[in-house]
Amino acid sequence: MSGTSRWDGARRLADRLRGLLSVWSRSLRLRVVAMTLVLSTIVMVLLGVVLQRQITDGLLANKKAAAIAEIENARITAQAQLLGAETNPTKLQQQLARLAQDLGNPARVENGSQGSNAGVFDPVVTPLRPGGATDISYGPIDDVPVELRGRVAAGYESSQYTTVQRKNAAGAMVPVPALVVGAPVVIRSGTDTFGVYLIFLLTGEQKTLAVVQQTLLLGGAGLALALALIAFLVANAVLRPIRRASAVAERLASGDLAERMPVRGAVELTTLARSFNGMAEAIRAQIRQLEEFGRLQRRFTSDVSHELRTPLTTVRMAADTLHAGREEFPAHLSRATELLVDELDRFESLLADLLEISRHDAGMAELNAESVDVRSHVVACVAAAGPVAATTGVRIITHLPPEPVQAEVDSRRLERILRNLLNNAVDHAEGGVVDVELAADDDALAVAVTDYGVGLRPGEAALVFNRFWRADPSRQRLTGGTGLGLAISLEDARLHGGWLQAWGSPGRGARFRLTLPRRRGFVLSTSPLPLRGGIEDDGDEAAVDAARAMPSLPRGGAAGTGGSARGDGHAPARSGPDEAPAESEGAVDTEAPVLGSRP
Amino acid sequence: MDGMRARILVVDDDPALAEMLTIVLRGEGFEAAVVRDGSRAMEAFHDVRPDLVLLDLMLPGMSGLDVCKQIRGESGVPIIMLTAKTDTVDVVLGLESGADDYVMKPFKPKELTARIRARLRRGDTGSAERLRVADVEIDVPGHQVTRDGEPIALTPLEFDLLVALARKPRQVFTREVLLEQVWGYRHAADTRLVNVHVQRLRSKVEKDPERPEVVVTVRGVGYKAGVS
Repeated sequence: MSGTSRWDGARRLADRLRGLLSVWSRSLRLRVVAMTLVLSTIVMVLLGVVLQRQITDGLLANKKAAAIAEIENARITAQAQLLGAETNPTKLQQQLARLAQDLGNPARVENGSQGSNAGVFDPVVTPLRPGGATDISYGPIDDVPVELRGRVAAGYESSQYTTVQRKNAAGAMVPVPALVVGAPVVIRSGTDTFGVYLIFLLTGEQKTLAVVQQTLLLGGAGLALALALIAFLVANAVLRPIRRASAVAERLASGDLAERMPVRGAVELTTLARSFNGMAEAIRAQIRQLEEFGRLQRRFTSDVSHELRTPLTTVRMAADTLHAGREEFPAHLSRATELLVDELDRFESLLADLLEISRHDAGMAELNAESVDVRSHVVACVAAAGPVAATTGVRIITHLPPEPVQAEVDSRRLERILRNLLNNAVDHAEGGVVDVELAADDDALAVAVTDYGVGLRPGEAALVFNRFWRADPSRQRLTGGTGLGLAISLEDARLHGGWLQAWGSPGRGARFRLTLPRRRGFVLSTSPLPLRGGIEDDGDEAAVDAARAMPSLPRGGAAGTGGSARGDGHAPARSGPDEAPAESEGAVDTEAPVLGSRP
Repeated sequence: MDGMRARILVVDDDPALAEMLTIVLRGEGFEAAVVRDGSRAMEAFHDVRPDLVLLDLMLPGMSGLDVCKQIRGESGVPIIMLTAKTDTVDVVLGLESGADDYVMKPFKPKELTARIRARLRRGDTGSAERLRVADVEIDVPGHQVTRDGEPIALTPLEFDLLVALARKPRQVFTREVLLEQVWGYRHAADTRLVNVHVQRLRSKVEKDPERPEVVVTVRGVGYKAGVS
């Protein structure tokens, strides 16, 4: 329990940290202010330390100089007074006390009072007789550090910083920093040596330093905050034009191509504004050019259409007139007329297909979708393919669901796709059977056209949607295909937001599956029919071969697809919800090639 | 002049196509006259007084659409457009200018003559049939449509369309059925033909074309005659 809650807590904390981090990385202003604050604080602290050191050193140097002057006076006074030093300890103690009082007495020095230069001090006088007791010394001898006493005993004038215990105003003992100076006093007789020490309490200096410290701290903090504020204001001032630029850029992106940034203010900002405006101008020019290209392409398509169709109409009528009277011609002319008419049919459908695909290329193809029962289109197209199928002995078997399959489709395009798939299947069925299946789920419908003829060799599933591609160039076409049928069908499927995919196995057959959304704008994720159904596949070879064919394919499916991918096999790999459409059906075999692995 | 032979005026700038058209039309038993310039089309129209006009939409001098409007301005003679354009807008524009039908290039001679015959073949109903739709009266053999005794000028095609609807007042006609009955298409063709001509018909026979009473739309199905 607690472990979980702690874990939760940690996660929450991590989330919050992440949030802060993202705000940090996103807000330039926050970063500028924070950096200014941190850097100025560091500078302030360093400056404060240096200043404090300087002031302390100055204060202490003064104190020491004054203290040394004072000890010199004290030594002279002591030397004079201790000339006739008592040997009786009691008397000596009195003598020392008197001396100490004199030393501490302001009246002693003619030209000033005690502490005028060095401040208040506690005098200590102690005999330095070897082995002599210190109990007769006067003053707080314990406050004098032992090392100092040693140095004085050795005959040196010396000073040392130390800490002494003193009563404060409340009467409690507190440690107080102090400067102790000491000097040996050698009586002229040479028999007696005394140490004179002056203990200077550094309370005043401490107070001064405290004030200085406080001032530095407050000043530093104030300065740092002021700098942060300044940084904030500066950042704002710098960012305002940037924000203005981003607002302009947004309006530009939303289609207002005439939007420009005002060029004024600082040089850097006018540079930004000028480059921005230059970019906007370039974009507008590009878009206009593209629009112009689109318009030209459209005009060209229309012109080609008209310019080619008028002479073609004349030729067509002439040929048909000849054809109508061919009985009167000798055999070779009659045959020539037949060929002329047949090839004109081919030429016409080729022209129509070329115009159609150029319309797709120009992005001019319009989807005239209306809700229809797709079954009727399947039936009509199968019926239309009947005569050609019959001449080649191909049997088309239709599998339709019993209930209507209503879908929003462009009837003309749907029928064209079905016609192309059927013609293709009849052409390649080798006189066998062609299965046409229709299935639907709530969102999508699928039509699969399967033949059990020559099939597709490895890699060919990727190529069937290419323009003018033929599995076998020597193969005779029975249905008069133009080589553009599947390419146009793929474009038509795309226009619906659907998929058109191929799968095949050499010698066993090929299957084409069209998947269309039942409502316009629905994004397909699965197909109601498997891509690899019906065709027997008893060897791994075909599937592996198929797998080898896959890498060059768009990811929308085995071969060719809807969405944005082009079926010509040159499209870059695509990812997204569309990919691997049939995975959810458990048709692992179907999609394994896409995934590039094989169980 | 042979009264049995229908006269057809071909308005086309392409000399080869125009000549081929006359060959085919003569072969099919029509009389054909050709004018190659749009600006001379009206002149030729007055001289020839054709039974039907074949009109190419792209003409030098004057646009086919303008020629179409001018002819329609003074005559209800059937006009069939020859068009190389498949774009929706162009076909609809042509039909709105007054053309009765169109043939898309490249067409087969049989297709063209079928369309011409369909337009020339008029309802040969000898009976003294009088029909009534809403407040509009139709004298079928007299080819007269009147409202409150005031004649309404309709082109033959519009007249046929109205009669087809009026003969079966309770029936809803799909666009496909109308295409077959009025235009003579035996298989599904461009339903825009119907839409455009229903609009043109309404603009002439309806009191308020925005709220039609004579030709009523049945949503999702087609059209029917209004209640008389």
